[in-house]
Amino acid sequence: MNAGWSRFNVASVSVGFAFLYLPIVLLVIYSFNASRLVTVWAGFSTRWYVSLIHNESMLAAAWVTLRVALLSATAATVLGTLAALALTRYTRFRGRVLFSGMVFAPLVMPDVIIGLSLLLLFVALGFDRGIVTITLAHITFTMCFVAVVVQSRLLSFDRSLEEAAMDLGATPVRTFFQVTLPVIAPAIVAGWMLAFTLSLDDLVIASFSAGPGATTLPMKIYSQVRLGVTPEINAICTILIGIVATGVVAATLVNRRRELRRQRDEQAAMRTDG
Amino acid sequence: MAGAAPTASRPPAAGARGGPGARIFAAVAGRLVIMVPYAWLLVFFLVPALIVVKISLSQMAVSVPPYAPVFDPGGGLAGLLDAVRQFSLENFAWLMDDPLYINAYLSSLMIAAVSTALTLLVGYPVAYGVARAPATIRPSLLMLVILPFWTSFLIRVYAWIGILKPEGLLNQFLLGIGVISQPLVILNTNTAIYIGIVYSYLPFMVLPLYATLEKMDGSLVEAAQDLGCTRTGAFWRVTFPLSLPGVVAGCLLVFIPAVGEFVIPDLLGGSQTLMIGKTLWNEFFANRDWPVASAVAVLLLLVLVIPMMVFQKVQADAQEKGR
Amino acid sequence: MKSLGSIRRSFAPWNDPGAVPYIRFENVTKRFGDYTAVNDLSLDVYEREFFALLGASGCGKTTLLRMLAGFEEPTAGRILLDGQDLAGIPPYRRPVNMMFQSYALFPHMNVWGNIAFGLRQDRMPRNEIRQRVEEVLKLVRLEQFALRKPHQLSGGQRQRVALARSVAKRPKVLLLDEPLGALDKKLREQTQFELMDLQQDLGLTFMVVTHDQEEAMTMADRIAIMDRGEVMQVATPAEIYEAPASRFVADFVGNVNLFEGTVAGREDGRTRIADDRGMSLLVNEAGGAPEGAGVAFAIRPEKIRVSSARPAAAVNAMEGEIYDIAYLGDMTVYHVKLPDGRIVKASALNAARTSDDPMTWNDRAWISFAADAGVVLTR
Repeated sequence: MNAGWSRFNVASVSVGFAFLYLPIVLLVIYSFNASRLVTVWAGFSTRWYVSLIHNESMLAAAWVTLRVALLSATAATVLGTLAALALTRYTRFRGRVLFSGMVFAPLVMPDVIIGLSLLLLFVALGFDRGIVTITLAHITFTMCFVAVVVQSRLLSFDRSLEEAAMDLGATPVRTFFQVTLPVIAPAIVAGWMLAFTLSLDDLVIASFSAGPGATTLPMKIYSQVRLGVTPEINAICTILIGIVATGVVAATLVNRRRELRRQRDEQAAMRTDG
Repeated sequence: MAGAAPTASRPPAAGARGGPGARIFAAVAGRLVIMVPYAWLLVFFLVPALIVVKISLSQMAVSVPPYAPVFDPGGGLAGLLDAVRQFSLENFAWLMDDPLYINAYLSSLMIAAVSTALTLLVGYPVAYGVARAPATIRPSLLMLVILPFWTSFLIRVYAWIGILKPEGLLNQFLLGIGVISQPLVILNTNTAIYIGIVYSYLPFMVLPLYATLEKMDGSLVEAAQDLGCTRTGAFWRVTFPLSLPGVVAGCLLVFIPAVGEFVIPDLLGGSQTLMIGKTLWNEFFANRDWPVASAVAVLLLLVLVIPMMVFQKVQADAQEKGR
Repeated sequence: MKSLGSIRRSFAPWNDPGAVPYIRFENVTKRFGDYTAVNDLSLDVYEREFFALLGASGCGKTTLLRMLAGFEEPTAGRILLDGQDLAGIPPYRRPVNMMFQSYALFPHMNVWGNIAFGLRQDRMPRNEIRQRVEEVLKLVRLEQFALRKPHQLSGGQRQRVALARSVAKRPKVLLLDEPLGALDKKLREQTQFELMDLQQDLGLTFMVVTHDQEEAMTMADRIAIMDRGEVMQVATPAEIYEAPASRFVADFVGNVNLFEGTVAGREDGRTRIADDRGMSLLVNEAGGAPEGAGVAFAIRPEKIRVSSARPAAAVNAMEGEIYDIAYLGDMTVYHVKLPDGRIVKASALNAARTSDDPMTWNDRAWISFAADAGVVLTR
């Protein structure tokens, strides 16, 4: 695609981004609203953030959410990476079609179906619902996203690197750990971050698989929202947005710097004598 | 030494370095890579799906668990057969007779289709614009497109409540500049749902579109113009047709989950808006009728099976072409 | 006794009946499903040879190399290295190392790490590794780049790292897959000689796969010309060029003129080849072809002389018209059209800056050549 912006391009991108960000910006602004009525501006105030800190149930929910996200992201990354490896490296094994279908179905399946089916499983097995079941549910539905990310990287992975390693004396297992894994590591990390975020944000599946005493932050926010819009909700949302935005921007900047440095290195090398 | 060994992506480790122990390890490791995720998915994906089907064939009961029959492992084969005989399709018959459910399915499909079209309408220019952006700002623009995706779905939908309410910010703005004299009723209507779906699923449409457009050979458009096409002509005759794989992928990524959406119709829709995700939720949590909820889920899956298979095929084709 | 070509080779184990081949391909076949990549191929390579597999894409040369490296197993036949059957031995246990076409440098390791990788797999003691890596770095003149990562190196430097990495373990055989493909012309010429020197200094057996004739002719002791999974001819560059075994080989390497005809009899120890359009040539060897057999006389352009007047003492001479001229600076190539419509390519080295006999398009001209200026091909 050739670069070169027309007026239409500029307009459509600007409108698109305005549409994407305006609601978020408004939400953030009104979290500093002194008045209780979210839609009537009454002056700048941080009282809602203060009240959040004292909100025990909200903090407890945040803690639950964090633990579930960390655990499930890590397990999902391992499982998703294994699944991606299985699909790209082993082209023929019994039940491959079924496996492939199971790995990619959760990508598009509505959350309510996933949530319902997992809950029915837990009931049938007699599991008590709580943090453990939420974690198991999250692992199941996020591992497919990890698999997609890692598989995409594995498909573009240069197999001759592995052949070179084996040619130099490394067994297949050693080749995997010393060559393949380090090279695809960024994709695995990206997969982890994706799984973490999906777990952090999930409402429907958590609602189905949770039990008494295990409330996640999205569940808590949702129950508050049903009662009505309050600036306190705006405040917790702003905090979450802030954390995520910082993370994404930081990651992008780090990547950009690394890319630029790499380009500069390559150009410098081209100029030296071959 | 063994004769000609079969070719494999992993050469046979006969007499491998480290001795027979290493050889067994390599073989076991290979098996594990497939077996571990396979086993997990069988237990946590396939079996639950089968359970949903089984319960959709059961009846509601006032018991724990709230359905009958319940497989009793102690009953043995006879008990199993007995339970199976109690299966019936009566839940499905009931669903298909009740206009409420039929309408809910149809309405969900319609709302999802309309929303997908709207998302395409909004998302295509954005994807096209980013693809044509100068290379220096393109990565930043992409990051800005993806950033909302990382923030919570719930939060983003919630943000719209404050905007679309009768006393909300949109109405305040429009009243303030005098465009309308009465506040618009948007919240709790289908319009709000469309806005919500478009807003939440926009990144899912923009990203595959961008990926396809970005890879496109720009010299094709130049060739078209060289042969006499106008800018817009070249777009409709060259760029758009070539971007269809991205369009299809984006539409499927939006349409399929949108059919079963729950959060958006619940928060932004009204009591008249019928979406099957909400219906399922209500059947389960409000009515505590697990068998019916399961039947709703099974029917929803059947409705979605074809788009899902199309999606799997599109995925597989994209991989074949070596993405 | 005249020798073929202009180089006298002292190293020629293939002529020694007592020499034992170091690498032997014995009736090797490789099939991928319905497609046969290598077809009942037998080949011997001797120790310390610089051997080239030359052929167009898809001829099976890379597949053959990969079978020796261990990345593919033959469907039939066997491969012997120093007397040992390699069947079932995985690549990481073969005393063979390969230099990949794409170099395949590990991007997450620096030059040192790349070179030391193979040595680490052998669990060499650390100080020995250090010695060997430094030795190899000096060999390829990359000492000051030891800590750089592959993306910080130019194409030529990466190629040297790939080479260094592949010789670090002192393998019995070094396989090179299109080693000079990615280099620009100047660098390629320089590197060709470096590779030859390296091979001599280290005393290794090299097996190179290439589609570039010049590369093979320059570097190799012997070349195997391959086509569609089979070997067409195995010989020294001079033999391949001056004594091709078939029309395919004659046409594949360099330029050639093929005069098709039948054996029409013998005169004074020479053979006459004629056709029904009036051609009549007197040539030295008939390749064992009987009278009446259909053959082709293959003669290289530089063996044909072009003159505006009929040469006095030429054994074979024909008159024609200059159809096209390509002036290349160091030589001039004439395309001469004979009365029967055949176009003959003849080239002349511009050994002097001026010419006594300049010619131009559409001039009448004579082409002439000696009886031993070409070979008779029966295939």
